[in-house]
Parts: sequence; C-alpha cells; structure tokens
Amino acid sequence: MFELNDKKIVDLEEKANKIRELIISSLLEAGSGHSAGPLGMADIFSAFYFNILNHDPKNPGWEDRDRLVLSNGHICPVRYAAMALAGYFPVEELKTLRKIDSRLQGHPHRTSLPGLETTSGPLGEGLSQAIGIALAARLDKKKHRIYCIASDGEHEEGNTWEAAMFAGKERLDNLTLVIDRNNIQIDGFTEDVMPLEPLKAKYESFNWNVIEVDGNNIRSFIDAVSQARSVHEKPTVIIANTIPGKGVDFMENDYTWHGKPPNKEEADKALKELRTLGGKIRTE
Amino acid sequence: MLNSYLHLNSKLFDKDAEQKPTRDGYGEGIARLGLTNPDVVVLTADLSESTRCEEFARKFPERFFECGVAEQNMAAIAAGLGVSGKIPFISSYATFSPGKNWETIRTTIVYNKSNVKIAGHHSGIVTGPDGATHQATEDIAITRAWPDIKVIIPCDWIEAKKATIYAGETEGPVYLRFTRDKTPTITTDKTPYDGLKIQTFWVSENPAATIFATGHLLYYALLAAKNLSEKGIEVLVANVSSIKPLDGEKALELVEKTGAAVTVEDHQVIGGLGGALSEFFAKTKPVPMEFIGLQDTFAESGAAIELIKKYQMDEVAIEKAVKKVIKRK
Repeated sequence: MFELNDKKIVDLEEKANKIRELIISSLLEAGSGHSAGPLGMADIFSAFYFNILNHDPKNPGWEDRDRLVLSNGHICPVRYAAMALAGYFPVEELKTLRKIDSRLQGHPHRTSLPGLETTSGPLGEGLSQAIGIALAARLDKKKHRIYCIASDGEHEEGNTWEAAMFAGKERLDNLTLVIDRNNIQIDGFTEDVMPLEPLKAKYESFNWNVIEVDGNNIRSFIDAVSQARSVHEKPTVIIANTIPGKGVDFMENDYTWHGKPPNKEEADKALKELRTLGGKIRTE
Repeated sequence: MLNSYLHLNSKLFDKDAEQKPTRDGYGEGIARLGLTNPDVVVLTADLSESTRCEEFARKFPERFFECGVAEQNMAAIAAGLGVSGKIPFISSYATFSPGKNWETIRTTIVYNKSNVKIAGHHSGIVTGPDGATHQATEDIAITRAWPDIKVIIPCDWIEAKKATIYAGETEGPVYLRFTRDKTPTITTDKTPYDGLKIQTFWVSENPAATIFATGHLLYYALLAAKNLSEKGIEVLVANVSSIKPLDGEKALELVEKTGAAVTVEDHQVIGGLGGALSEFFAKTKPVPMEFIGLQDTFAESGAAIELIKKYQMDEVAIEKAVKKVIKRK
C-alpha cells in the first residue's frame, strides 16, 4: 500500500470513475437514495479500497484488517460500489440496493453485509464507534488502523464533539477521521444552515492533528493518510474538501442533489458524461 | 408462605432485616467479571461512584473509561468496543442512559447487535429526593420495545450481582435496571438464579390471585401476601426478573391457578411489566388485572418510603388491588 506511481494513480482514478457509474446505475435502479455525497467521495473510496486499506475481501472478518467506519451512512452507495469492485460481493448485487430481501440496506447494517464495520445512518455516531474500535485495538495491542468517514453536516450533532473531545483526551493515534467537506446538507449550504468554520481551528483546539486536502485529488489524499500514520499521541483529522456530485456536471455543487436519485433521463446523461470522460475526471 | 425451596431471606419480615441498594450488587458483579474475564470493560458518564464502578476502576484501570457527561458518546464507544470482542458495561442513570441516548443505543448497540450491557441506575421513584428528573420511570417501556435485547430487573442486591454476572456471560445486548436507595434483601446466595425465569416467591394452597412483581417492590408484594394470608386471602407472588424475554409458560401456569393478576412495578403502569403481561394474557388467557405502579404521572422529591406510600405502591395499595381484582373475577 501507499506505493504510488503515475500508473497507479491513473488506475485509482479509473476505479473512482467506475464507482461513479455504479453509483448512478444503482441509484436509478433503487429509485431513491442520495446522489451528491457518494459521487463526491468516489475518489476517496477508490483510494481506501484499492490502496490504503490493509484488507481481504475474501475474509472480511480478518481480525488484523484496517477498519473503515462510515458515519454518514446515507452515502453508502459509494461504499457498496467500492466493495463490489474490490470483490466483497458480485457487482450484479448492486441492483438490489434498497430493495426487499437485499443485503444492501438503504443505510448500512453491519450484520446484513460482511465487510461493514458498523450500522449507521443516524448522524453523529460513527466517530464514537470508531473510537470504541480503536480502544479495543489498543487494549489488544493490535497494529491495524481505524479510519472513520464523517460528513461536514453531521458536525451539527453534539455527539460528534463529545467524540472529538474523547479521542483527544485518549490520544488515539491509531484513529484517522476523514471529513467529507462538501459544504452541502439537505436544507442547503452548511454555512447557511449552521456555520461550521473555522473547522480546522475547532479540531486543533480539541487536541487533534489536522490536515486539509483536496478530497478529489487521490494523490494528495493518500499522502495525507500517510502523514497521519506518522503522527503519534494524537488522532488525526483529514478535512477533505470535495465537490458534491463530482463527475456529473449538472449535479456538481447543487445541494438539491443531496438526497435524491437520478431519473432515467438524468442517469443516461450522467453515465454518458462519465463514460465519455473515462478516467479523465482526475485531479485538477 | 415464602417458598422454602428458594432459600429466601428468612428474616425478610423482621424489623432489622438487611437493606442494601441493588447498585451495590452491580458494583460487586462487574468487579467479579473483571477478574474472570479480561474482555470485560466498564464505561461511565461522570457517575463512577454512584453507579458503583469504583472497585472495577481501581482494580482494572486500563479497562475503565471515563467518558465525561456524554451519554451518547459513551453508548456508541461501547458499541465499537462490543463489535471488537469486548464486553462493555455502560453505567449511568437510567433517565440519561437509556433515556437521553435512546436512539444511539437503538442504532449502534441493539440493531447493530453489539455485545453491550446497559446498566440503568437510579430507576423508579425510590431515587427519592433528587426528584422526578432523576427518577427513571419509563425505561422498561423504551427498552423492551426493542427487538433482540434482554430486559432484566433484579429484586435485591444479591440478585443484582447474579444478574450482572449473568449479563456478562450471555451474548448480546442486555438492559439491567438498578435502584439507588436501600431496599430489603429478599434472596440469599443460595437462591437459585436463572435470569430469564419467573420464580414463585410466595406459595399457598388455593390462591385467589397472582401478584407479579418486578424489582424492589417485590418486598411489598410479599408483605401484602403475608398480611392477606393472615386475613384469610391466599395469593401467589411471582418474581418477574426478566421482562424480556418474558417467561410466558410460567406466567400462564401461575395465572391459570388463580384467574386474576396484579402487577407491581416501580415504573409507569404504561409499557412496563403490566404492559408486557397484559399483552401476553390478552393473547393466551384474558383475566382481570390490576396495575400497581406510577399511574401516568410524574412523582416528586421525598424520601423513598414516603413516595412509595403517596404513589400507592406499598403493601396497603397492593392488598387493595388484590381484593379488587378478586371481586372482578
């Protein structure tokens, strides 16, 4: 992991693009769900599943695996797509998203699908769960890393800050939080709904190591994760600035795409755009 | 008479009978588990002394986590520990946990099937002088509505210790309910314990009604049975220590003998033991029922014994309810 050359980066970008296509097609099939967040996070999920994580899709319960906790469970279409591509389950199964008898619940349910670390959806709870997993690793003297992905909007939940205080107190250096800073939430732009800035200063004051990065730049993101591993006695937060809806022109930066799926026509347009661009949605 | 097979406290009705809070049994139980199982961890939200975590914390400091006044965080951290092979006990007052953090527990512990034990302290009006803000009187209702959880309410400190150890040794989420105030010691170390079974603590020939009691009020139910027996009215008294799962087979057997039931709990009469049993009997054997408990109101500050009398949960109220339910047969 972390061995990066240009070829590898191109490969990760192509994977991210494929993840985006799968997000669009599974959301179209589901008829409900969230579009903007998953698209914006495709690069980061590609980086995790195809470079950063020490994991084994054929043995999802492997006790020494790195843990990836998804706090903002509503962006699960991106996780499901990445997991399918990584070999956790057949890509075909993505068509069952949100449908009866499916393992792919509308919000992720740990015991439904091997490879999920937690059950999530209600916001503000993921970081706390990741902390519990990190404490267990510390007690067991395990070396694996614990990553938690959270949204910016869910920082309005008090629980997030309870967790931030606790991780700072416990100096959990095996824990890295990634904030999807896409500036949108259901009711609008985060800074209109409830201003979050200065986010970096907030975390610094809670005794965290803070890194800010372009979350749609795979190389920068992996570098940030790598940096986090070298910091001791502090948890690290990577504030990943992302473009919601990234890769689909008419969805980008439009908060109305936070919580709805594309219809047939929109999906066709989106897929055409993604396929035409191929792996070219890369790092600007 | 007290069921002789159960080795109950023979001095129960004496003036100087032992009294201890059930939270003491919790403290001893977790300390014992700490010794026998290295995976047991304890978390509190700034209530380590009053929820009796101190012995565990002193003996196993690396397995004790002080979360500060943050019950949601405590619950979800425990959920993470629980899916990582640990057996976390979260200790707070029941109004806050599982009260304030109800949804966190629902999502991250219960639905997530994390092996967490929720210890709800200061339950019932016997929390006393702190007032209704700190008297948990809806916690049974809000926990037993969840699938896949056990809801266990010990009747005294000895049973509390056994229940705590049982919870630590059983897989899956458990809610344990404890009290702050001293309550009579009903059982002994020799009393057989099966956390999920109903036990008949008061037996009689030709009983006219069955009293189902849970938690510390079981003492008043037994006292009422004794007083009624002296007046020629015989009853059965059952200790329902597990509300969920409910030992339906035994409940049915006990109510078939009498054709009438009185439920007794230091909790709202809505949604607790009375609710659980009436749901069950409605489907199996509808009988006249009376409900002792908080009658859809909040209580107030006061000494525990004053509150038990004022809110009609003492032996006098129970005797009245028994007579009433017999008339309704």
